[in-house]
Amino acid sequence: MADIQKLQTIAAQVRRDVIRMVHKPASGHPGGSLGCADFFTALYFDTLSIDPKNFTMDGKDEDIFFLSNGHLSAVWYSVLARKGFFEVSELSTFRILNTRLQGHPTTAEHLPGIRVASGSLGQGLSVACGAALSKKLNDDHHLVYTLHGDGELQEGQIWEAALFAAAKKIDNIISTIDYNGKQIDGPVDDVVSLGDLKAKWLAFGWDVVEMNGNIMEEVIKGFAEAKSRTGKGKPVVIIMKTEMGMGVDFMMGTHKWHGKAPNDEEFSRAMTQLPETIGDF
Amino acid sequence: MKKIVSTGNKDTRSGFGAGLHELGKKNPNVVALCADLIGSLKMEEFAKEFPNRFFQIGIAEANMIGLATGLTIGGKIPFTGTFASFSTGRVYDQIRQSIAYSNKNVKICASHAGITLGEDGATHQMMEDIGLMKMLPNMTVINPADYNQTKAATIAIAEVKGPVYLRFGRPVVPIFTSPDEPFIIGKAITMIEGTDVSIFATGHLLWKAIEAAEILDQQGIHAEVINIHTIKPLDDEAILKSVLKTGCAVSAEEHMMNGGLGDSIAQLFSRKLPRPLEMVAVNDKFGESGKPEELLKKFGLDTPDIVEAVKKVLTRK
Repeated sequence: MADIQKLQTIAAQVRRDVIRMVHKPASGHPGGSLGCADFFTALYFDTLSIDPKNFTMDGKDEDIFFLSNGHLSAVWYSVLARKGFFEVSELSTFRILNTRLQGHPTTAEHLPGIRVASGSLGQGLSVACGAALSKKLNDDHHLVYTLHGDGELQEGQIWEAALFAAAKKIDNIISTIDYNGKQIDGPVDDVVSLGDLKAKWLAFGWDVVEMNGNIMEEVIKGFAEAKSRTGKGKPVVIIMKTEMGMGVDFMMGTHKWHGKAPNDEEFSRAMTQLPETIGDF
Repeated sequence: MKKIVSTGNKDTRSGFGAGLHELGKKNPNVVALCADLIGSLKMEEFAKEFPNRFFQIGIAEANMIGLATGLTIGGKIPFTGTFASFSTGRVYDQIRQSIAYSNKNVKICASHAGITLGEDGATHQMMEDIGLMKMLPNMTVINPADYNQTKAATIAIAEVKGPVYLRFGRPVVPIFTSPDEPFIIGKAITMIEGTDVSIFATGHLLWKAIEAAEILDQQGIHAEVINIHTIKPLDDEAILKSVLKTGCAVSAEEHMMNGGLGDSIAQLFSRKLPRPLEMVAVNDKFGESGKPEELLKKFGLDTPDIVEAVKKVLTRK
């Protein structure tokens, strides 16, 4: 059984890491990272079968995760470091010249944990499906996980991959949609509405799990449920409700913190809401 | 002058198909993907013999590039197949981020490159692909000249780790390279030695350059003909060595002047050894429907155009 309290403690530190990481270079995307802190923590500290000390590009005989919406780099780097893929101290280099922690994730700097560059949206699902096919060819029964933004679903390539995955019965993949309803220019419904998102995935031939991505028990349960549905001839998608900016009151309920770092005053206010739990980097 | 003889006629895309089939037999990690053009790309044999390693993607090239990227994770060596137009321009961002920047071991194999695909016209006549691909860091760009060389190149690129763009075409053209000649990436091949002018040709236009050299020889002009099958990395050494001897050069390619082989050679000359250069290439216009030979003539890519370019560059020596 997952230790919910322990996971919550880690997620709290991850949120604090995210704000400290984007504040230093005065650059980055805090909103989505805060919203997905629970998701990443649960994924890396409970769900994935991985070996952080022996990262390999091929990821044979372990689970693989792809971040398709690469602008959530801050939360991913924080969780990778906290899990032991690299030193926590390196988080202080985020977005600063000569860093391995590039603004958007890349393989070019050989940072353990990353298998493909992302940032230009819509490509991760195709890549993940390829990796899932590779696992099948290698008779490797581990799973491939992805995360996508809801705004990212406006990219056509996502639906090319969705169609393909169902048609080819890629049933060793669990994709998650960060359904926070917000993107850079405003609410997704105002930009280009996704309509009935669940119905769309069902119509594309995917099995759908829904969960609240900001309640740790639900995230753990949601992953377990999704896992139980793999290997049955259909790809699995989790539609995960989150709150952009979760954990910092003035960053919630708005799209304005999608890609903006807090100034010094805002940073101090945020820090009072995000106490240190397992030690700052 | 050394006489180069054609031993038959075949399309270069069939060389790709044969090479891929052979690779499939000897390397279990080779996988192939095709976006609804199995027949055009000559991938039938591979698909039939290795159904578990062949993926029909449908008409979804962006997805194909992503899938190929993902397949490298776990150790596969994916070969993607579609027309040059849909292999490059249509999926440039996918190649840029997922393959080139991520330095993935994907072989992007493109048929129907250039103007000689013929009647389908400008929508399909890709003449910007070399430029698009050579600009990407980590990318190797190869454009073989005939059936044998395309087959050899297909087999050779499985051995290099990293992204490769392999360009070939639709028309039936002369076979004149040896089936036993090993394909060495980045190593130019001197087809004919000469002293007056260097002709650097790539792809289908290499045969035209050979024909031009024969005509020039009868007129007392001794052209050196060099096969630049690898545009990136360019064989700087071979090019400079030749032009140091001849003093001037002509480039010949079935591609736009902007961004093509001539453009790479011009850059090299201006950095290392300024010498006159004439470029036989398409000058900033789209193609049109017609028969391959008619189009080569209309767009200034035929044997007489190379002869004329040589005569012009000789006056600039």
